[in-house]
Amino acid sequence: MTRLQRWIIRVTLPAVALVFSALGVLAQQGDKGFVPLPPGQSLQEQLPATPLVFTAYAFVWVALLVYVFILFSRLKKVERELADLRSKTRASRA
Amino acid sequence: MTSHSRLVPLLLGVAVVMFAAAPFVIDTAPYESSMGLVQRIFYFHLGAAMTMLTSGLVCGIASARYLAKRSASADHLAYAAVELAVLFGTMVLVTGPLWARKAWGVWWDWEPRLTSTLVMYMLFVAYLLLRRFGGAGSEVLSAAIGLFGMALVPFVYISVNLWRTLHPKTSVLPTLPKPMLVPALFCLAAFLILYWALLLIRMRMEAARAEIDAAYLSLED
Amino acid sequence: MIGVFRAAWIIARKDLLVETRSRELVYTTLFFAVSCVLVFAWAFVREGKPIDNASAGVLWVAIVFSGTLALGRAFERERQSETLRGLLMAPIERAAVYLGKLFALLVLMILVEIVLVPIVALFFHAPIGRAPWLLAGLLVVGTVGFAAVGTLFAAMLVRAQSRDVLLSIVLYPVTVPVVMTGVQGTAAIFAAEPDFGLAQTCLTLLIFFDAVFVTLALWTFAPVMHE
Repeated sequence: MTRLQRWIIRVTLPAVALVFSALGVLAQQGDKGFVPLPPGQSLQEQLPATPLVFTAYAFVWVALLVYVFILFSRLKKVERELADLRSKTRASRA
Repeated sequence: MTSHSRLVPLLLGVAVVMFAAAPFVIDTAPYESSMGLVQRIFYFHLGAAMTMLTSGLVCGIASARYLAKRSASADHLAYAAVELAVLFGTMVLVTGPLWARKAWGVWWDWEPRLTSTLVMYMLFVAYLLLRRFGGAGSEVLSAAIGLFGMALVPFVYISVNLWRTLHPKTSVLPTLPKPMLVPALFCLAAFLILYWALLLIRMRMEAARAEIDAAYLSLED
Repeated sequence: MIGVFRAAWIIARKDLLVETRSRELVYTTLFFAVSCVLVFAWAFVREGKPIDNASAGVLWVAIVFSGTLALGRAFERERQSETLRGLLMAPIERAAVYLGKLFALLVLMILVEIVLVPIVALFFHAPIGRAPWLLAGLLVVGTVGFAAVGTLFAAMLVRAQSRDVLLSIVLYPVTVPVVMTGVQGTAAIFAAEPDFGLAQTCLTLLIFFDAVFVTLALWTFAPVMHE
Protein backbone atom coordinates (compact mmCIF):
# COMPACT_ATOMS: atom_id res chain seq x y z
CA MET A 1 0.00 0.00 0.00
CA THR A 2 1.43 3.35 -0.92
CA ARG A 3 1.92 6.20 1.50
CA LEU A 4 -0.90 7.94 -0.27
CA GLN A 5 -3.36 5.15 0.42
CA ARG A 6 -2.28 4.88 4.04
CA TRP A 7 -2.75 8.59 4.28
CA ILE A 8 -6.22 8.48 2.83
CA ILE A 9 -7.22 5.67 5.16
CA ARG A 10 -5.84 7.59 8.12
CA VAL A 11 -7.99 10.57 7.22
CA THR A 12 -11.18 9.03 5.91
CA LEU A 13 -11.64 6.30 8.50
CA PRO A 14 -11.80 8.68 11.48
CA ALA A 15 -14.02 10.95 9.44
CA VAL A 16 -16.43 8.10 8.69
CA ALA A 17 -16.32 6.96 12.31
CA LEU A 18 -17.12 10.47 13.49
CA VAL A 19 -20.00 10.81 11.10
CA PHE A 20 -21.47 7.49 12.15
CA SER A 21 -21.22 8.25 15.83
CA ALA A 22 -22.88 11.60 15.24
CA LEU A 23 -25.56 9.73 13.33
CA GLY A 24 -26.00 7.41 16.30
CA VAL A 25 -26.46 10.34 18.66
CA LEU A 26 -28.88 12.09 16.35
CA ALA A 27 -30.86 8.93 15.76
CA GLN A 28 -31.60 8.73 19.47
CA GLN A 29 -33.13 12.18 19.30
CA GLY A 30 -35.35 11.41 16.32
CA ASP A 31 -38.82 12.27 17.42
CA LYS A 32 -40.61 11.11 14.29
CA GLY A 33 -39.70 7.59 13.32
CA PHE A 34 -40.37 5.76 10.14
CA VAL A 35 -43.26 3.43 10.80
CA PRO A 36 -43.38 0.48 8.44
CA LEU A 37 -46.70 -0.29 6.83
CA PRO A 38 -48.39 -3.18 8.59
CA PRO A 39 -48.52 -6.15 6.24
CA GLY A 40 -51.77 -6.47 4.31
CA GLN A 41 -52.50 -2.74 4.26
CA SER A 42 -52.21 -1.20 0.81
CA LEU A 43 -50.89 2.25 -0.11
CA GLN A 44 -53.19 5.23 -0.48
CA GLU A 45 -51.65 7.99 -2.57
CA GLN A 46 -52.95 11.48 -3.37
CA LEU A 47 -50.09 13.33 -5.09
CA PRO A 48 -48.56 10.89 -7.57
CA ALA A 49 -45.29 9.98 -5.93
CA THR A 50 -43.88 7.90 -8.78
CA PRO A 51 -42.59 10.80 -10.89
CA LEU A 52 -40.91 12.31 -7.81
CA VAL A 53 -39.21 9.06 -6.84
CA PHE A 54 -38.22 8.41 -10.41
CA THR A 55 -36.75 11.90 -10.82
CA ALA A 56 -34.83 11.59 -7.58
CA TYR A 57 -33.16 8.31 -8.50
CA ALA A 58 -32.63 9.40 -12.09
CA PHE A 59 -30.94 12.59 -10.92
CA VAL A 60 -28.52 10.70 -8.68
CA TRP A 61 -27.62 8.28 -11.48
CA VAL A 62 -27.24 11.01 -14.08
CA ALA A 63 -25.18 13.22 -11.77
CA LEU A 64 -22.82 10.34 -10.98
CA LEU A 65 -22.46 9.29 -14.61
CA VAL A 66 -21.88 12.85 -15.82
CA TYR A 67 -19.30 13.48 -13.11
CA VAL A 68 -17.45 10.23 -13.76
CA PHE A 69 -17.43 10.96 -17.48
CA ILE A 70 -16.09 14.49 -16.99
CA LEU A 71 -13.55 13.25 -14.45
CA PHE A 72 -12.17 10.57 -16.76
CA SER A 73 -11.95 12.88 -19.76
CA ARG A 74 -10.14 15.52 -17.67
CA LEU A 75 -7.85 12.82 -16.32
CA LYS A 76 -6.99 11.56 -19.81
CA LYS A 77 -6.22 15.07 -20.95
CA VAL A 78 -4.02 15.76 -17.96
CA GLU A 79 -2.10 12.49 -18.30
CA ARG A 80 -1.58 13.09 -22.00
CA GLU A 81 -0.19 16.54 -21.25
CA LEU A 82 2.03 15.11 -18.53
CA ALA A 83 3.48 12.41 -20.79
CA ASP A 84 4.04 15.07 -23.43
CA LEU A 85 5.90 17.31 -20.98
CA ARG A 86 7.94 14.44 -19.59
CA SER A 87 9.27 13.59 -23.04
CA LYS A 88 10.00 17.26 -23.67
CA THR A 89 12.01 17.65 -20.46
CA ARG A 90 13.89 14.46 -21.18
CA ALA A 91 14.67 15.74 -24.69
CA SER A 92 15.78 19.14 -23.44
CA ARG A 93 18.07 17.55 -20.84
CA ALA A 94 19.65 15.17 -23.35
CA MET B 1 1.27 6.62 -6.96
CA THR B 2 0.35 4.03 -9.58
CA SER B 3 0.37 1.01 -7.29
CA HIS B 4 -3.24 1.66 -6.37
CA SER B 5 -4.17 1.34 -10.04
CA ARG B 6 -5.75 -2.02 -9.20
CA LEU B 7 -7.64 -0.68 -6.22
CA VAL B 8 -9.56 1.94 -8.18
CA PRO B 9 -11.07 -0.37 -10.81
CA LEU B 10 -11.92 -2.83 -8.05
CA LEU B 11 -13.71 -0.17 -6.00
CA LEU B 12 -15.48 1.15 -9.06
CA GLY B 13 -16.56 -2.35 -10.03
CA VAL B 14 -17.95 -3.11 -6.60
CA ALA B 15 -19.74 0.23 -6.47
CA VAL B 16 -21.32 -0.25 -9.89
CA VAL B 17 -22.55 -3.72 -8.94
CA MET B 18 -23.99 -2.42 -5.67
CA PHE B 19 -25.72 0.48 -7.38
CA ALA B 20 -27.18 -1.86 -9.97
CA ALA B 21 -28.41 -4.16 -7.21
CA ALA B 22 -29.74 -1.26 -5.14
CA PRO B 23 -33.25 -1.12 -6.62
CA PHE B 24 -33.75 -4.77 -5.75
CA VAL B 25 -32.38 -4.41 -2.25
CA ILE B 26 -34.54 -1.34 -1.68
CA ASP B 27 -37.54 -3.25 -2.91
CA THR B 28 -37.21 -5.69 -0.02
CA ALA B 29 -37.95 -2.89 2.45
CA PRO B 30 -41.55 -2.33 3.45
CA TYR B 31 -43.36 0.86 2.46
CA GLU B 32 -43.55 3.55 5.10
CA SER B 33 -47.09 3.87 6.41
CA SER B 34 -47.52 7.65 6.25
CA MET B 35 -45.25 8.61 3.35
CA GLY B 36 -45.61 5.61 1.13
CA LEU B 37 -43.70 5.32 -2.06
CA VAL B 38 -41.93 8.66 -1.83
CA GLN B 39 -40.03 7.59 1.26
CA ARG B 40 -38.00 5.33 -1.04
CA ILE B 41 -36.01 8.44 -1.93
CA PHE B 42 -34.62 8.22 1.57
CA TYR B 43 -32.25 5.37 0.71
CA PHE B 44 -30.27 7.40 -1.79
CA HIS B 45 -30.80 10.67 0.05
CA LEU B 46 -29.16 9.22 3.17
CA GLY B 47 -26.26 7.78 1.20
CA ALA B 48 -25.57 11.09 -0.50
CA ALA B 49 -25.94 13.08 2.73
CA MET B 50 -23.57 10.89 4.73
CA THR B 51 -21.05 10.93 1.91
CA MET B 52 -21.22 14.69 1.73
CA LEU B 53 -20.63 14.98 5.48
CA THR B 54 -17.75 12.52 5.38
CA SER B 55 -16.17 14.37 2.49
CA GLY B 56 -16.50 17.65 4.32
CA LEU B 57 -14.76 16.19 7.33
CA VAL B 58 -12.01 14.73 5.15
CA CYS B 59 -11.49 18.15 3.63
CA GLY B 60 -11.29 19.75 7.06
CA ILE B 61 -8.71 17.29 8.34
CA ALA B 62 -6.66 17.49 5.15
CA SER B 63 -6.81 21.30 5.28
CA ALA B 64 -5.54 21.33 8.85
CA ARG B 65 -2.68 19.06 7.85
CA TYR B 66 -1.85 21.22 4.86
CA LEU B 67 -1.72 24.34 7.04
CA ALA B 68 0.54 22.56 9.50
CA LYS B 69 2.85 20.63 7.20
CA ARG B 70 2.32 22.19 3.73
CA SER B 71 2.20 18.69 2.29
CA ALA B 72 1.11 18.66 -1.34
CA SER B 73 -0.86 15.42 -1.05
CA ALA B 74 -2.88 16.94 1.81
CA ASP B 75 -3.82 19.81 -0.45
CA HIS B 76 -4.81 17.44 -3.27
CA LEU B 77 -6.92 15.41 -0.87
CA ALA B 78 -8.68 18.53 0.41
CA TYR B 79 -9.47 19.78 -3.09
CA ALA B 80 -10.71 16.38 -4.26
CA ALA B 81 -12.83 16.00 -1.13
CA VAL B 82 -14.50 19.39 -1.58
CA GLU B 83 -15.38 18.71 -5.19
CA LEU B 84 -17.00 15.42 -4.21
CA ALA B 85 -18.75 17.11 -1.29
CA VAL B 86 -20.34 19.51 -3.76
CA LEU B 87 -21.34 16.64 -6.05
CA PHE B 88 -23.04 14.65 -3.30
CA GLY B 89 -24.40 17.80 -1.70
CA THR B 90 -26.14 18.64 -4.96
CA MET B 91 -27.75 15.21 -4.88
CA VAL B 92 -28.96 15.79 -1.32
CA LEU B 93 -30.37 19.22 -2.14
CA VAL B 94 -32.22 17.86 -5.19
CA THR B 95 -33.56 14.61 -3.72
CA GLY B 96 -34.52 16.40 -0.50
CA PRO B 97 -37.03 18.82 -2.04
CA LEU B 98 -38.39 16.07 -4.30
CA TRP B 99 -39.14 14.07 -1.17
CA ALA B 100 -40.36 17.13 0.70
CA ARG B 101 -42.86 18.01 -2.02
CA LYS B 102 -44.79 14.85 -1.29
CA ALA B 103 -44.03 14.41 2.39
CA TRP B 104 -44.52 17.99 3.59
CA GLY B 105 -46.42 19.52 0.70
CA VAL B 106 -43.81 22.16 -0.08
CA TRP B 107 -40.64 22.06 -2.17
CA TRP B 108 -38.58 23.72 0.54
CA ASP B 109 -38.99 24.08 4.27
CA TRP B 110 -36.52 25.68 6.62
CA GLU B 111 -36.09 22.39 8.37
CA PRO B 112 -32.93 22.40 10.53
CA ARG B 113 -31.05 19.64 8.74
CA LEU B 114 -31.84 20.82 5.22
CA THR B 115 -30.89 24.37 6.19
CA SER B 116 -27.63 23.28 7.77
CA THR B 117 -26.83 21.23 4.68
CA LEU B 118 -27.47 24.26 2.51
CA VAL B 119 -25.10 26.41 4.57
CA MET B 120 -22.31 23.82 4.43
CA TYR B 121 -22.94 23.36 0.70
CA MET B 122 -22.46 27.08 0.14
CA LEU B 123 -19.20 26.87 2.04
CA PHE B 124 -17.93 24.02 -0.13
CA VAL B 125 -18.87 25.93 -3.27
CA ALA B 126 -17.07 28.98 -1.87
CA TYR B 127 -13.95 26.82 -1.44
CA LEU B 128 -14.14 25.72 -5.07
CA LEU B 129 -14.63 29.28 -6.31
CA LEU B 130 -11.70 30.46 -4.25
CA ARG B 131 -9.51 27.72 -5.69
CA ARG B 132 -10.61 28.41 -9.23
CA PHE B 133 -10.54 32.22 -9.26
CA GLY B 134 -8.23 33.16 -6.45
CA GLY B 135 -5.07 32.99 -8.49
CA ALA B 136 -1.72 31.88 -7.12
CA GLY B 137 -1.41 31.03 -3.47
CA SER B 138 -5.05 30.10 -3.05
CA GLU B 139 -4.18 26.65 -1.73
CA VAL B 140 -3.31 28.11 1.65
CA LEU B 141 -6.36 30.35 1.72
CA SER B 142 -8.72 27.55 0.84
CA ALA B 143 -7.08 25.33 3.45
CA ALA B 144 -7.97 27.99 6.02
CA ILE B 145 -11.55 27.98 4.71
CA GLY B 146 -11.63 24.19 4.95
CA LEU B 147 -10.45 24.31 8.52
CA PHE B 148 -12.94 27.00 9.48
CA GLY B 149 -15.66 25.05 7.75
CA MET B 150 -14.98 21.98 9.83
CA ALA B 151 -14.97 24.03 13.04
CA LEU B 152 -18.18 25.62 11.92
CA VAL B 153 -20.28 22.47 11.70
CA PRO B 154 -21.40 22.29 15.36
CA PHE B 155 -22.17 26.02 15.37
CA VAL B 156 -24.25 25.77 12.23
CA TYR B 157 -26.16 22.89 13.76
CA ILE B 158 -26.76 24.71 17.06
CA SER B 159 -27.65 28.07 15.56
CA VAL B 160 -30.00 26.63 12.93
CA ASN B 161 -31.81 24.61 15.56
CA LEU B 162 -32.01 27.68 17.77
CA TRP B 163 -33.29 29.67 14.81
CA ARG B 164 -36.06 27.16 14.43
CA THR B 165 -37.06 26.82 18.10
CA LEU B 166 -40.40 28.43 17.54
CA HIS B 167 -41.41 25.93 14.89
CA PRO B 168 -42.07 22.23 15.16
CA LYS B 169 -39.11 20.07 14.32
CA THR B 170 -39.39 17.28 11.80
CA SER B 171 -36.71 14.68 11.97
CA VAL B 172 -35.17 13.43 8.78
CA LEU B 173 -32.90 10.99 10.58
CA PRO B 174 -35.18 8.68 12.49
CA THR B 175 -34.65 5.47 14.39
CA LEU B 176 -34.91 2.92 11.64
CA PRO B 177 -36.77 -0.33 12.01
CA LYS B 178 -34.73 -3.40 11.02
CA PRO B 179 -36.18 -4.21 7.56
CA MET B 180 -35.46 -0.64 6.46
CA LEU B 181 -32.03 -0.57 8.04
CA VAL B 182 -30.53 -3.16 5.70
CA PRO B 183 -31.27 -1.40 2.40
CA ALA B 184 -30.27 1.93 3.97
CA LEU B 185 -26.89 0.59 5.01
CA PHE B 186 -26.48 -1.17 1.68
CA CYS B 187 -27.01 2.07 -0.25
CA LEU B 188 -24.78 3.92 2.18
CA ALA B 189 -22.01 1.39 1.63
CA ALA B 190 -22.43 1.69 -2.14
CA PHE B 191 -22.12 5.46 -1.92
CA LEU B 192 -19.06 5.35 0.31
CA ILE B 193 -17.24 2.80 -1.86
CA LEU B 194 -17.94 4.86 -4.94
CA TYR B 195 -16.81 7.96 -3.06
CA TRP B 196 -13.53 6.31 -2.14
CA ALA B 197 -12.87 5.35 -5.77
CA LEU B 198 -13.70 8.82 -7.04
CA LEU B 199 -11.54 10.41 -4.35
CA LEU B 200 -8.52 8.35 -5.41
CA ILE B 201 -9.05 9.17 -9.09
CA ARG B 202 -9.52 12.87 -8.39
CA MET B 203 -6.42 12.97 -6.21
CA ARG B 204 -4.37 11.33 -8.91
CA MET B 205 -5.56 14.01 -11.29
CA GLU B 206 -4.61 16.79 -8.87
CA ALA B 207 -1.16 15.30 -8.37
CA ALA B 208 -0.69 15.05 -12.15
CA ARG B 209 -1.73 18.68 -12.53
CA ALA B 210 0.80 19.74 -9.91
CA GLU B 211 3.46 17.77 -11.75
CA ILE B 212 2.57 19.54 -14.99
CA ASP B 213 2.91 22.93 -13.34
CA ALA B 214 6.28 21.94 -11.94
CA ALA B 215 7.38 20.61 -15.33
CA TYR B 216 6.42 23.86 -17.05
CA LEU B 217 8.39 25.79 -14.49
CA SER B 218 11.48 23.64 -14.98
CA LEU B 219 11.17 23.95 -18.75
CA GLU B 220 11.24 27.68 -18.46
CA ASP B 221 14.58 27.61 -16.69
CA MET C 1 10.55 42.61 21.21
CA ILE C 2 7.48 44.35 22.53
CA GLY C 3 4.47 42.46 23.80
CA VAL C 4 1.65 41.30 21.59
CA PHE C 5 -1.01 43.58 23.00
CA ARG C 6 1.17 46.64 22.95
CA ALA C 7 2.10 45.97 19.34
CA ALA C 8 -1.55 45.36 18.50
CA TRP C 9 -2.51 48.64 20.14
CA ILE C 10 0.13 50.50 18.13
CA ILE C 11 -1.18 49.03 14.90
CA ALA C 12 -4.77 49.76 15.83
CA ARG C 13 -3.85 53.30 16.80
CA LYS C 14 -2.18 53.76 13.44
CA ASP C 15 -5.32 52.66 11.63
CA LEU C 16 -7.57 54.80 13.80
CA LEU C 17 -5.29 57.79 13.33
CA VAL C 18 -5.39 57.41 9.55
CA GLU C 19 -9.12 57.12 9.81
CA THR C 20 -9.54 60.19 12.00
CA ARG C 21 -7.58 62.24 9.52
CA SER C 22 -9.25 61.04 6.34
CA ARG C 23 -12.58 59.83 7.71
CA GLU C 24 -12.96 57.95 4.45
CA LEU C 25 -14.08 54.62 5.87
CA VAL C 26 -16.42 56.05 8.46
CA TYR C 27 -18.32 58.23 6.02
CA THR C 28 -18.52 55.74 3.17
CA THR C 29 -19.39 52.76 5.36
CA LEU C 30 -22.02 54.70 7.25
CA PHE C 31 -23.59 56.10 4.13
CA PHE C 32 -23.63 52.71 2.49
CA ALA C 33 -25.30 51.18 5.56
CA VAL C 34 -27.99 53.84 5.53
CA SER C 35 -28.58 53.34 1.79
CA CYS C 36 -28.94 49.64 2.48
CA VAL C 37 -31.54 50.33 5.13
CA LEU C 38 -33.40 52.53 2.69
CA VAL C 39 -33.48 49.80 0.06
CA PHE C 40 -34.95 47.49 2.68
CA ALA C 41 -37.46 50.16 3.54
CA TRP C 42 -38.70 50.22 -0.05
CA ALA C 43 -38.88 46.44 0.04
CA PHE C 44 -40.43 45.81 3.43
CA VAL C 45 -42.67 48.74 4.15
CA ARG C 46 -46.20 48.11 2.92
CA GLU C 47 -48.78 50.85 2.85
CA GLY C 48 -46.60 53.05 5.00
CA LYS C 49 -46.13 50.46 7.73
CA PRO C 50 -43.11 48.24 8.13
CA ILE C 51 -43.95 44.53 8.10
CA ASP C 52 -43.75 42.72 11.42
CA ASN C 53 -40.34 42.55 13.00
CA ALA C 54 -38.38 43.24 9.85
CA SER C 55 -36.12 45.57 11.83
CA ALA C 56 -33.85 42.89 13.32
CA GLY C 57 -33.05 41.38 9.94
CA VAL C 58 -32.61 44.73 8.24
CA LEU C 59 -30.21 45.91 10.92
CA TRP C 60 -28.01 42.85 10.72
CA VAL C 61 -27.95 42.70 6.94
CA ALA C 62 -26.92 46.35 6.79
CA ILE C 63 -24.15 45.66 9.32
CA VAL C 64 -22.90 42.63 7.41
CA PHE C 65 -22.89 44.31 4.00
CA SER C 66 -21.28 47.52 5.17
CA GLY C 67 -18.82 45.56 7.29
CA THR C 68 -17.73 43.55 4.27
CA LEU C 69 -17.07 46.72 2.34
CA ALA C 70 -15.14 48.26 5.21
CA LEU C 71 -13.01 45.11 5.49
CA GLY C 72 -12.18 45.12 1.83
CA ARG C 73 -11.36 48.80 1.85
CA ALA C 74 -9.23 48.65 4.99
CA PHE C 75 -6.96 45.99 3.54
CA GLU C 76 -6.98 47.48 0.07
CA ARG C 77 -5.46 50.57 1.64
CA GLU C 78 -2.62 48.46 3.06
CA ARG C 79 -2.07 46.79 -0.23
CA GLN C 80 -1.95 50.00 -2.21
CA SER C 81 0.64 51.58 0.01
CA GLU C 82 2.50 48.28 0.35
CA THR C 83 2.41 48.63 4.10
CA LEU C 84 1.24 45.10 4.72
CA ARG C 85 4.63 43.69 3.93
CA GLY C 86 6.16 46.20 6.30
CA LEU C 87 3.74 45.13 9.00
CA LEU C 88 4.56 41.48 8.50
CA MET C 89 8.30 42.12 8.53
CA ALA C 90 8.18 44.15 11.71
CA PRO C 91 9.71 42.50 14.81
CA ILE C 92 6.34 41.76 16.34
CA GLU C 93 4.25 38.64 16.59
CA ARG C 94 1.94 37.99 13.64
CA ALA C 95 -0.94 37.78 16.08
CA ALA C 96 -0.38 41.45 16.91
CA VAL C 97 -1.05 42.44 13.31
CA TYR C 98 -4.28 40.47 13.34
CA LEU C 99 -5.44 41.85 16.69
CA GLY C 100 -4.53 45.40 15.76
CA LYS C 101 -6.45 45.33 12.48
CA LEU C 102 -9.36 43.59 14.22
CA PHE C 103 -9.57 46.20 16.94
CA ALA C 104 -9.47 49.11 14.51
CA LEU C 105 -12.19 47.53 12.40
CA LEU C 106 -14.31 46.88 15.48
CA VAL C 107 -14.13 50.52 16.52
CA LEU C 108 -15.21 51.54 13.04
CA MET C 109 -18.10 49.09 12.86
CA ILE C 110 -19.38 49.95 16.33
CA LEU C 111 -19.31 53.64 15.47
CA VAL C 112 -21.38 52.88 12.38
CA GLU C 113 -23.79 50.79 14.42
CA ILE C 114 -24.28 53.55 16.98
CA VAL C 115 -25.64 55.73 14.19
CA LEU C 116 -27.40 52.91 12.36
CA VAL C 117 -29.48 51.47 15.20
CA PRO C 118 -31.52 54.65 15.84
CA ILE C 119 -32.06 55.04 12.10
CA VAL C 120 -33.38 51.48 11.75
CA ALA C 121 -35.50 52.01 14.85
CA LEU C 122 -36.89 55.17 13.29
CA PHE C 123 -37.78 53.67 9.93
CA PHE C 124 -38.95 50.31 11.15
CA HIS C 125 -40.51 51.25 14.47
CA ALA C 126 -38.17 49.06 16.48
CA PRO C 127 -38.35 49.32 20.28
CA ILE C 128 -34.65 49.79 20.99
CA GLY C 129 -35.28 51.24 24.42
CA ARG C 130 -36.72 47.98 25.69
CA ALA C 131 -33.49 46.24 26.68
CA PRO C 132 -30.69 48.56 25.57
CA TRP C 133 -27.84 46.72 27.27
CA LEU C 134 -28.90 43.33 25.98
CA LEU C 135 -29.28 44.77 22.50
CA ALA C 136 -25.90 46.48 22.71
CA GLY C 137 -24.36 43.25 23.96
CA LEU C 138 -25.78 41.25 21.06
CA LEU C 139 -24.58 43.80 18.54
CA VAL C 140 -21.09 44.14 19.96
CA VAL C 141 -20.50 40.42 20.45
CA GLY C 142 -21.96 39.61 17.05
CA THR C 143 -19.81 42.27 15.40
CA VAL C 144 -16.73 40.82 17.10
CA GLY C 145 -17.53 37.40 15.64
CA PHE C 146 -18.11 38.79 12.18
CA ALA C 147 -15.03 41.00 12.28
CA ALA C 148 -12.84 38.21 13.66
CA VAL C 149 -13.52 35.97 10.70
CA GLY C 150 -13.60 38.88 8.27
CA THR C 151 -10.22 40.30 9.28
CA LEU C 152 -8.58 36.93 8.77
CA PHE C 153 -10.15 36.32 5.38
CA ALA C 154 -9.58 39.86 4.14
CA ALA C 155 -5.92 39.66 5.14
CA MET C 156 -5.59 36.28 3.42
CA LEU C 157 -7.18 37.53 0.24
CA VAL C 158 -5.19 40.74 -0.04
CA ARG C 159 -2.98 39.31 -2.73
CA ALA C 160 -5.53 37.09 -4.44
CA GLN C 161 -7.32 37.82 -7.69
CA SER C 162 -11.02 38.74 -7.62
CA ARG C 163 -10.52 39.54 -3.94
CA ASP C 164 -13.55 41.82 -3.56
CA VAL C 165 -16.16 39.31 -4.58
CA LEU C 166 -14.27 36.36 -3.13
CA LEU C 167 -14.31 38.00 0.29
CA SER C 168 -18.11 38.05 0.29
CA ILE C 169 -18.28 34.53 -1.13
CA VAL C 170 -16.14 32.99 1.59
CA LEU C 171 -17.23 35.25 4.44
CA TYR C 172 -20.99 34.86 4.34
CA PRO C 173 -21.26 31.08 4.72
CA VAL C 174 -18.75 31.09 7.58
CA THR C 175 -20.56 33.88 9.43
CA VAL C 176 -24.02 32.31 9.07
CA PRO C 177 -24.12 31.19 12.73
CA VAL C 178 -23.24 34.69 13.93
CA VAL C 179 -25.79 36.49 11.78
CA MET C 180 -28.49 33.89 12.34
CA THR C 181 -28.07 33.96 16.13
CA GLY C 182 -27.72 37.73 16.19
CA VAL C 183 -30.92 38.23 14.24
CA GLN C 184 -32.72 35.65 16.36
CA GLY C 185 -31.71 37.41 19.57
CA THR C 186 -32.46 40.89 18.27
CA ALA C 187 -35.82 39.77 16.91
CA ALA C 188 -36.62 38.25 20.29
CA ILE C 189 -36.10 41.67 21.89
CA PHE C 190 -38.08 43.55 19.25
CA ALA C 191 -40.97 41.10 19.05
CA ALA C 192 -44.48 42.06 20.08
CA GLU C 193 -44.05 39.70 23.05
CA PRO C 194 -40.33 39.94 23.80
CA ASP C 195 -38.46 36.82 24.85
CA PHE C 196 -35.47 38.03 26.85
CA GLY C 197 -34.49 34.50 27.79
CA LEU C 198 -34.00 33.59 24.16
CA ALA C 199 -32.04 36.79 23.60
CA GLN C 200 -29.74 35.89 26.45
CA THR C 201 -29.25 32.39 25.09
CA CYS C 202 -28.30 33.92 21.77
CA LEU C 203 -25.85 36.24 23.50
CA THR C 204 -24.21 33.31 25.28
CA LEU C 205 -23.95 31.37 22.04
CA LEU C 206 -22.37 34.38 20.33
CA ILE C 207 -19.78 34.74 23.10
CA PHE C 208 -18.92 31.08 22.69
CA PHE C 209 -18.65 31.46 18.94
CA ASP C 210 -16.38 34.49 19.35
CA ALA C 211 -14.08 32.64 21.70
CA VAL C 212 -13.69 29.69 19.34
CA PHE C 213 -13.25 31.71 16.18
CA VAL C 214 -10.90 34.36 17.48
CA THR C 215 -8.71 31.55 18.80
CA LEU C 216 -8.91 29.69 15.50
CA ALA C 217 -8.12 32.87 13.59
CA LEU C 218 -5.09 33.56 15.77
CA TRP C 219 -3.82 30.05 15.08
CA THR C 220 -4.28 30.28 11.34
CA PHE C 221 -3.14 33.88 10.82
CA ALA C 222 0.56 33.20 11.24
CA PRO C 223 0.86 30.13 8.97
CA VAL C 224 -1.40 31.64 6.32
CA MET C 225 0.43 34.97 6.11
CA HIS C 226 3.76 33.19 6.09
CA GLU C 227 4.56 33.43 2.42
